[in-house]
Amino acid sequence: MSAGSHISSPIPARIVIAVSAWISAAVVLSIFLFLAWFCRPLLDTTVLSSLLSWDWRPFQGDFGILSMLTGSLLLASSSMLLAFPVGMGICCFVHGVGPPGPARLVLWTIKLMTSVPTVVYGFVAVFVLVPLLRDVFREGSGFSLLAAILGLAVLVLPTVVLMLHSQFLTIEPQVRLTAAALGMAPSQKLLHLVIPASGRGFLAAAILGLGRALGDTMIPLMLAGNAAQLPGSVFDSIRTMTAHIALVVATDSRSLAYLSLFACGLLLFMTTALINLGLRMLAGNRENGS
Amino acid sequence: MTRFHRLFSALCWACALLPGAVMLLLIGFLLRQGWGSLDLHLLFGDTPPLDALFRFVPVWDGIWPACFGTLCVVVLAGVISIPLGILCGIHLSEFAQGRFRDILSFCVDLLAGMPSILMGLFGFALILFLRHTLLPDVGTGLLLSGFCLGLLVLPYMVNATYTSLSSLPQDLRLLGPSLGLNHMQSIRHILLPSAGKGIVSGLVLSLGRAAEDTAVIMLTGAVANAGMPRSLFDKYEALPFYIYTTAAEYQTPEDLNRGFGAALVLLVMTTGLFLAAHLLHQAMERRWRRG
Repeated sequence: MSAGSHISSPIPARIVIAVSAWISAAVVLSIFLFLAWFCRPLLDTTVLSSLLSWDWRPFQGDFGILSMLTGSLLLASSSMLLAFPVGMGICCFVHGVGPPGPARLVLWTIKLMTSVPTVVYGFVAVFVLVPLLRDVFREGSGFSLLAAILGLAVLVLPTVVLMLHSQFLTIEPQVRLTAAALGMAPSQKLLHLVIPASGRGFLAAAILGLGRALGDTMIPLMLAGNAAQLPGSVFDSIRTMTAHIALVVATDSRSLAYLSLFACGLLLFMTTALINLGLRMLAGNRENGS
Repeated sequence: MTRFHRLFSALCWACALLPGAVMLLLIGFLLRQGWGSLDLHLLFGDTPPLDALFRFVPVWDGIWPACFGTLCVVVLAGVISIPLGILCGIHLSEFAQGRFRDILSFCVDLLAGMPSILMGLFGFALILFLRHTLLPDVGTGLLLSGFCLGLLVLPYMVNATYTSLSSLPQDLRLLGPSLGLNHMQSIRHILLPSAGKGIVSGLVLSLGRAAEDTAVIMLTGAVANAGMPRSLFDKYEALPFYIYTTAAEYQTPEDLNRGFGAALVLLVMTTGLFLAAHLLHQAMERRWRRG
């Protein structure tokens, strides 16, 4: 290699690196632009109002997406309401309530859970959870809001636990001496020192888990029954925005049906962006605070 | 301890039993239902395995086409995301500064949080767009799925590279300049090789993620009965999609058994990749712990 190539080689390499970095950034932008482009007809108020209605009856010309929006929000928030306390319990167990050996085992199991494909969770739930619900409650087919809540709670549990775990890891050393000086038991330390001090981390874990729950497709698609309606009880079937996108692509091909799909997509994109902004603000505040 | 604290401890124990119970139930159920069907017949049906592997004889009642399709999309996703992700990670960790760095890392975070169905919808929109403009007769297929899956796992690659590089100890960063290497040379010859295990661990993890995702491929060209793909633009079968369609519309007990077999195969595959990534990551941490 000549001396010249030593001097000149870094510059193109550096350009290649910078260009690929900005290509990666441009991906997000182009997703947004594509969704926005296909949502152009929404600027017309009559089209917009026909989408923002409660009825989805494509054969009669009703293309409302509000019941999908409600379905998504209802399902994601209820499964988080279930997963968050359980995740908190698991985290407290890992951080002192349980003995070290089982604690490591539990944490390891949680990490292993992240590697299970969503479709496998869904598959097993279809053949275990759904018949169980059908037999226990004797209402409907078992494909219901409740089945999807339980399935989704299992899916987001590792996300919540791992976020809480990293939060506990940062708080715990700060209060360790105080707790030891006061002679606190592990559960007392967690309840009175660690948990009150980690409000922000909890919020971040909840937001992240909610985003994961809102964005998941396979669990609601396989378990929730996919009827586009407002559920009267947890035994009713619902349809989420994500499942709606999957179903419309698979079946319908009329223009307003497609429009409803891109509208759902744009809503999901906005939600994801908001969630990320929220997380970033939480992280930024923490950096400024300390 | 008060009764309240005892109750709290009991609740924690109860919660801690749940993940184990769920995993045991999941694995136990799959093994009980799928163990019997785990053999060459599951993969190749009545076609002789060697003919199916090397002479592309069609396989009708086996999951080999689905395995092959998954393999293809994972390779394509890797081809797209690995170079792009590693380079972007290097840029984030070594070169990007100030406001540009913030924007870039926000974009990567946003991409990481993107629901996978949106990536599928993006691919679908891309095809609609191309049909209206340049190429009136393109359709969804292998290449599109690979592309979208590549975008889906791109942020994981970026973050793996970024965190591996930035967790290297300071003395390694000084080693390059002290030997008279410029920044680029020291990245190439010192930092990247040292962070290699961490990067490869992230790479393996993201390939596992690409192999298991269903929402992207169901919008971009996976179908139930395609057989083996003949070109990059052909429709194809994939394991996760096969599992999904089996759950939704199986006809016979044999269909169902193949579904259980397929679920077991996919689970073993992703868990295997996960464990490999875990071991690599641990090896990397052990090596640089002193830093």
